Amino acid sequence: MRFIFKTEYAQDIRLFQHGGQVFWYGLLLVLALAAPYLVSGYVLTQLHFVLIYAIVGFGLMLLVGYTGQISLGHAAFLATGAYTEALLQGAGVPFFISLTCAALFSAAVGVIVGLPALRLKGIYLAIATFAFNIIIEEIITRWEHVTGGNSGKLLKPIEIFGYRLGSQESFYYLCLALTVLCCLALINLLRSPTGRAFVAIRDSEVSASCMGINLAYYKTVSFSISAALTGIGGALYAHKVGFISPEQFTLIQSIELVTIVIIGGVGSLHGAVLGAAFIIMLPQAIAIAKGWLPETIPQAGLQSVVFGLILVGFIIFEPYGLYGRWLKIRTYFDVFPFYRRGTFRRQRSYLRSERLR
Amino acid sequence: MSFFAVENLGVRFGGVVAVDGVSFSVQQGEVYTIIGPNGAGKTTIFNLIGLIYPPTSGRILFEDREVTGAPHHVAQRGIARTFQNIELFEHATVLQNLLIGRHRHRTTNLFEELLFLPSVRRAEIAQREAVERVIDLLDLAHYRDSLVAGLPYGIRKVIELGRALATEPKLVLLDEPSSGLNPDETDDMAFWIEDIQKELGITVLMVEHDMNLVSRVSDRVLALNEGKVIAEGTPEQVQSHPAVIEAYLGGGE
Repeated sequence: MRFIFKTEYAQDIRLFQHGGQVFWYGLLLVLALAAPYLVSGYVLTQLHFVLIYAIVGFGLMLLVGYTGQISLGHAAFLATGAYTEALLQGAGVPFFISLTCAALFSAAVGVIVGLPALRLKGIYLAIATFAFNIIIEEIITRWEHVTGGNSGKLLKPIEIFGYRLGSQESFYYLCLALTVLCCLALINLLRSPTGRAFVAIRDSEVSASCMGINLAYYKTVSFSISAALTGIGGALYAHKVGFISPEQFTLIQSIELVTIVIIGGVGSLHGAVLGAAFIIMLPQAIAIAKGWLPETIPQAGLQSVVFGLILVGFIIFEPYGLYGRWLKIRTYFDVFPFYRRGTFRRQRSYLRSERLR
Repeated sequence: MSFFAVENLGVRFGGVVAVDGVSFSVQQGEVYTIIGPNGAGKTTIFNLIGLIYPPTSGRILFEDREVTGAPHHVAQRGIARTFQNIELFEHATVLQNLLIGRHRHRTTNLFEELLFLPSVRRAEIAQREAVERVIDLLDLAHYRDSLVAGLPYGIRKVIELGRALATEPKLVLLDEPSSGLNPDETDDMAFWIEDIQKELGITVLMVEHDMNLVSRVSDRVLALNEGKVIAEGTPEQVQSHPAVIEAYLGGGE
């Protein structure tokens, strides 16, 4: 077990709390950098998706896990980012500018969606964002001379300063760099006043506002940053698949994105990455498992059933997701043999001022 | 001219008149207590002062300027509060809770924070120094990095007081600071209220039921019943006032 003795305030703020963290995250980064030389081409393309979904997961985690606002419409931001990128690339805009525009435009759309969030809570907000998803989907389908409608849009490989990122490896490094940058930006935000304001809004709106936090402003900021990250993810997604059409950004996609957050573990950035990896690996695992299953089990729709069961299972048995499970396992070995089942049990919450809600 | 004043404050929820034409004023540096039986409208007055719901009549003056806007404007004016049923940020550490209290002293903007520029680092260290003074005063060092969700009721009560003090308020509203505390903890609370008044020079407006605590720390007391003021004066005067005795014990036929 490790005890950290704090002797200066800077220790609270620094990125890594102790040498062990530096070592393990360093190792992870080295492995990530070496991945193209270690794994096969197929696994590498799956890693592209993991990184892209991790960026989207960060965005959704900020909104759902840290600000406590639900969104069932994040596929719409994914679409906004993807189409902005496709259109700007088509117009010959350089990649970094078009990526920035995709992020900014998604953020602007996020502000608009954030407006009802100022008045709606819980299930009502979920329905409003759900409706928003359908609106965006419909706009993409009908606005044919811009978006190409149902026939979709094709994208060319990315070009950076005249260098064509045609290979799988170069695209992987681009995704990795963007994932690390987005992650660092979020960590920075979460250890500064804005991030604390988000957490305050999640845990108690009334007391957050009595501490001087402007609820409307911070909810809007949270929505727009979340949308911007999802837009970046969308732009990369568009390049990854090379062809985008409305049916990639449906409600099902939105639910899949929420699943990343729930399975990964609400309220942790680790969770976003773990959830993304899980979501990408699950269909592969099911495909492999199909060969082993007896003939009597129908093959069609198996994936949705397994998906649903896993989601329900996580909500009932492990509300803190994969990252929560990992924390428990780590604590078990940390304090061995003194771990008790009750260590992580949620405390009875005391009566709260219901009338103020 | 007064430090803090409430003039003809009233609120009506449907047919119920919860607060009915209440006026009082608080001098700078005093401890002013509102007492009254259950349902007298004490907490409602606090919620009106905090602009959590709008009053039907009357106005609130702080440093000779009307208090208007949204709840966060009240906090920015230098009025902090605690809640009767504790409204802490459960899934954050004690330190984070207190740092959220520092929100109105924030000096950095979103873009500096995304990059965590040196200005943000300096500001964060300064905020921690300010919070550490509160932690020292209230003896919370032991719980500094614990999650609020796992802490006992008595400690949470103190953390909530700490969070209000971390905002460096001019006026602090304490909603039943001793409710749910055992006699020892109530005794500590009385010490701290005295410290807040005498050492920090913060004016205290509180709602309280424990008459021992009230008479020990209060300079003046206001008694309410059914939304109306029935008595005002020193703790002794109010306690022996016939209308107050009637409100608590019922009138003789």
